[in-house]
Amino acid sequence: MTAAQERSRTRPDRDHSVGAMSATGTEEVAGADESARRAAVRDGLGVGLAVGVSGLAFGAAAITAGLTVAQACVLSLLAFTGASQFALAGVIGGGGGLVSGTLGAVMLGGRNALYGMRLARTLDVRGWRRLATAHVVIDETTAVATAQRGPAAARAGFYTTAISLYLTWNATTLLGAAGAARLGDPEAIGLDVLGPAVFLALLWPRLFPARSGGVGGRPPTADTGRREVRVALAAAVIALAATPLLPPGVPVMLAAVAAVPALIRKGEKA
Amino acid sequence: MSVWIAVIATGLGCYALKLGGLLTPQSVLEDPRVRRFTELVPVALLTALIAVQALADGRSLDFDAARMAGLAAAVGALLLRAPFLVVLVVAAGVAAGLRLLGV
Repeated sequence: MTAAQERSRTRPDRDHSVGAMSATGTEEVAGADESARRAAVRDGLGVGLAVGVSGLAFGAAAITAGLTVAQACVLSLLAFTGASQFALAGVIGGGGGLVSGTLGAVMLGGRNALYGMRLARTLDVRGWRRLATAHVVIDETTAVATAQRGPAAARAGFYTTAISLYLTWNATTLLGAAGAARLGDPEAIGLDVLGPAVFLALLWPRLFPARSGGVGGRPPTADTGRREVRVALAAAVIALAATPLLPPGVPVMLAAVAAVPALIRKGEKA
Repeated sequence: MSVWIAVIATGLGCYALKLGGLLTPQSVLEDPRVRRFTELVPVALLTALIAVQALADGRSLDFDAARMAGLAAAVGALLLRAPFLVVLVVAAGVAAGLRLLGV
């Protein structure tokens, strides 16, 4: 089989979450599914380790803000969503009101509700599994799941990220909190670049499919991703323009507006 | 004690929002317009997150040369179709190296 045939055979459906699996049944497709699943697991472990390290920064920030080690750890265990955790620690550290600080931190979790709406169909969980799965619907798990080709790979990526990140995030929170004084400057080793680099690498195949090496097991396609690029640019502009005007975290939530035209326009298929 | 209440309330509130998204009725999600929207929402939110993490510090915009060079290196690695972890190592390595050199 030539490389071109290989590509066209494994080219994902435009709507990869529902369409790509419609041809299952042949051994060839099963093989492609298996390699997509393995790639998803690799992505998930990579994100779990890379982003999990920033739990050190959260643990240290929480202690600096005046939380106890136990409070920092319980926050990571229960909230498990970085932006909200940093926000609450920031308010406590800045001497802000606890009620408004709590409300602000919870509001920042609003984007996880939007992620849940996107993932409900792909994950298709019921009962207690849904209750447990809900806890790990966050930026990183959504980024990995939506970067995959086909629902099986998306689920594998989602849960691998969830488990590896939950373990590392809580372990590094404890380490960062307990050893806050000994922690050097995280920027010196470039940790501040890891967050944006992780999300950039995971979004890349959706934005520039033709220039992607198949991160997340997605092969390169001729598909242009032009609508995604438009939405991405608009979202970045909205978030940056709102940054000086609104409390940290809110501009990111506001950027969801960039996806609203899809809600208004009629006709065009998904 | 009130910090404990804030910690637990934040945890419960964040969980409630996560669960709320997953519990959205299928009939709502099956509307083609809602589906298009939810497909694009992660693209919008994650790009906004990249922009803010790269270019903002709290409520002020902040251009950090080493951080931007690290991200530019990540873009270069992505264009060269480098594997995911290589992209991350290159990005952090470039930023750390430049800072070591005093950039």
